[in-house]
Amino acid sequence: MKITREEVEHVANLARLNLNRQELVKMTEQLDNLLSYVAKLDELDTKDIKPTTHAFSISNAFRDDTVQDSLTQKEALANCPKQNGECFIVPRII
Amino acid sequence: MKLETVIGLEIHAQLKTRSKIFCGCSTAFGAAPNTHTCPICLGMPGVLPVLNRKVVEFAIKLGLATGSTIKPFSQFARKNYFYPDLPKGYQTSQFDLPIIEHGFIEIEADGIEKKIGITRIHMEEDAGKLIHDEHEPVSFVDLNRTGTPLLEIVSEPDMRSSEEAVAYLKKIHLLLRYLDICDGNMQEGSFRCDANISMRPLGQEQLGIRTELKNMNSFRNVQAALEFEIRRQRDLLLDGEKVIQETLLWNPDKNRTESMRGKEDAHDYRYFPCPDLIPVVIDEAWIAEVRKLLPELPDERQKRFVTDFGLPEYDARILTGTRELADYFERALQVCNAPKKLSNWIMTEFLREIKGDVGPWIACCKVVPESLGALIDLLEKGKISGKIAKTVFLVMMETGKAPLDIIKEQNLDQVSDHDELSALVKEIVAAHPSQAEEFKGGKTKLMGFFVGQLMQKTKGKANPQVANELFTKELAG
Repeated sequence: MKITREEVEHVANLARLNLNRQELVKMTEQLDNLLSYVAKLDELDTKDIKPTTHAFSISNAFRDDTVQDSLTQKEALANCPKQNGECFIVPRII
Repeated sequence: MKLETVIGLEIHAQLKTRSKIFCGCSTAFGAAPNTHTCPICLGMPGVLPVLNRKVVEFAIKLGLATGSTIKPFSQFARKNYFYPDLPKGYQTSQFDLPIIEHGFIEIEADGIEKKIGITRIHMEEDAGKLIHDEHEPVSFVDLNRTGTPLLEIVSEPDMRSSEEAVAYLKKIHLLLRYLDICDGNMQEGSFRCDANISMRPLGQEQLGIRTELKNMNSFRNVQAALEFEIRRQRDLLLDGEKVIQETLLWNPDKNRTESMRGKEDAHDYRYFPCPDLIPVVIDEAWIAEVRKLLPELPDERQKRFVTDFGLPEYDARILTGTRELADYFERALQVCNAPKKLSNWIMTEFLREIKGDVGPWIACCKVVPESLGALIDLLEKGKISGKIAKTVFLVMMETGKAPLDIIKEQNLDQVSDHDELSALVKEIVAAHPSQAEEFKGGKTKLMGFFVGQLMQKTKGKANPQVANELFTKELAG
């Protein structure tokens, strides 16, 4: 087994996903399959290879520190299900 | 059991760039809610953030000023968590490859100098602001601040008292101000600090269980919160109880730390390299270029004030304790050649008038440094007395006028003219025959009385030295 049901439960919880027992079993099975497939890569000897984080070999893409137009307040709030014309409104957390 | 306090600080400094870290939205404070946002800082799908070059330059500056290693290769990572002030569901930060590592600064606390290590300094974006409704269970989200560039400065757990922690915090604040990369405003949140604090038996290597303190938005609150927490942890440990690892909020109204309510998710941020942002590569040439932009730093400036101007250490420390005050002093010194007299005046008469923080106060002070310098010059050259200088200074503070204009307008010129004064001296001696007799009989202390009379007649404008000479001559006969 590459992943346990507890781990899937934990990750689902961090992602705010509510999985029922059946889904949990199914997800664990599918994720286990995926991870087993990817584990094939472990067979390669990568001892002398630097970890790669990007597929391309460029670096230092910058922009200058200049201000550009922002969206209008109306545009910024346009997609929000609940707003008061000024702010996004969300359920209270604390 | 003797306990030792161990403190480490995490400082978040908002950078003084014009635009945000990954997009062109303005970073200006105080705009109407959600008017400085765009698809990038709102976290819309499919956008491409691009790093603001100035943020890297500012990080290099701070790295150089703290004797740190500037890493030739660094990259951004995503710190994943859900909170309504974080529209993307992750904060773009740096994790295993920060831009700056292994620095230190020197502090002085309780008269002892000490080095405090800096573990790392990394670039990241700020989150938005939440305003909680007082009646309903909702919060209002303003995303103007989202994407404002931050440097997070993480210290080693090198501090052993609240005094050391505050000295370290003030020194970092001072460096940021001298480098002019952060406005340092703690009330507006552009300079924030969290503290990790634990206790251990003196001599023990292993660290004790720590708590994390938040919500301390002034130097005074940091000191008070740390002192409270030191007492709280010590009491627990001395009673044989345990400190619970948790995040505590400082409540300045109740003067105590309080446990953060609500369940605290175990920190599990699942950092991974941000695929949207390309690695940052810094070569020696870039570092050399930034090094040229570095201003004189506070420690160097303090030393120069002692060697070049002959000021005592104490004066030099106070004057260089704020970049604006040190600039003010040096500009005033351009027009008067009396550093110690100027320093005395700045530390007493000038600083006495200060309200609030020194920097902003100086920026809007009516007395420009050249005016104060001119006043000290008049005083140094004996053209006005100390008493008149104080009167003139208060008018300067109110009106912003030049000292010479005030002296002319109010006819405060010091009288050194022998003829004019000696007529008055003769008059005074004649009007007080018994005191004159006593003086001649050896009661020389009465000189003060006579000079006082002359000052009254001249409204304080008589040159005291000339007055002394004239009375001595008049009463000798």
